[in-house]
Amino acid sequence: MSLNQVFDIAGSAMSAQSIRLNTTSSNLANAETASSSTGEVYRARKPVFSAIQADMMGQQGSGVSEAGFSGNELQSAGVKVDGIVESDVGLEQRYQPEHPKADDNGYVYYPNVSVVEEMADMMSASRSFQTNVEVMNTAKSMMQRVMTLGQGQ
Amino acid sequence: MTTISFDNALGIHDDALRLRSQRSEVLANNLANADTPGYKARDVDFQAALQQAQGQQEGMTMAASDAAHMSADGAGGGSPELMYRNPIQPSIDGNTVDTQTEMSKYMRNSMEFQASFQFLNSSIKGLKDALAGQ
Repeated sequence: MSLNQVFDIAGSAMSAQSIRLNTTSSNLANAETASSSTGEVYRARKPVFSAIQADMMGQQGSGVSEAGFSGNELQSAGVKVDGIVESDVGLEQRYQPEHPKADDNGYVYYPNVSVVEEMADMMSASRSFQTNVEVMNTAKSMMQRVMTLGQGQ
Repeated sequence: MTTISFDNALGIHDDALRLRSQRSEVLANNLANADTPGYKARDVDFQAALQQAQGQQEGMTMAASDAAHMSADGAGGGSPELMYRNPIQPSIDGNTVDTQTEMSKYMRNSMEFQASFQFLNSSIKGLKDALAGQ
């Protein structure tokens, strides 16, 4: 029954979005973490999403893809996080000679975290998460309905 | 005399119910990949898919000219094709999922699933009443 697959798909999206939320909170928490060299300074982390191809997820039991539609060599089932990359955006260098981590020239380095961007990312992740919760709820009520087939009188 | 066939009794509704649940998977997949760069939203032409499912049931049967031949019910005919959605507005990352569109289609699909279910359920109730003979 392909309704089962909906739970996997929505679940994969929910976990991907929570990873995104995780990186966002990590970035925001470290937005003001200063370092004395460019090498050890915190860099903004971003998850990379990609679609899971059907033949990786759909081949449980039968060899046929669960959706049963043809032309689906590109058909995918859910989303996964390919990895988390660190942003290449330039670091912020501030002249703060009184800072305990200041280098010989009196500079400290701040992360390349853009707080505005992170907040927007957070809202987007939360909305996408909500959407998938809705999808899962709907699939659940569809399935519950199927279970009552032929019952009553 | 015609024997009672489940296919005849249930009509189009069991196929419709199956296709609706399959379509919900495709739409859920679109929603799951709403933030995946380069992902292209997909959907099924429901009418064509349903016609194909009905055709498989009625027209496309394998000839069995020998008693040892196996029947091939439900085989052949191929399966309905997944198509790409035409994007409403362009996006920088090449993703064509419009969450609002997909969500409304998903909800509508779910309501139509309920309708098909209702029809199917009343067919089954009818059969049960006939069997009980009351």
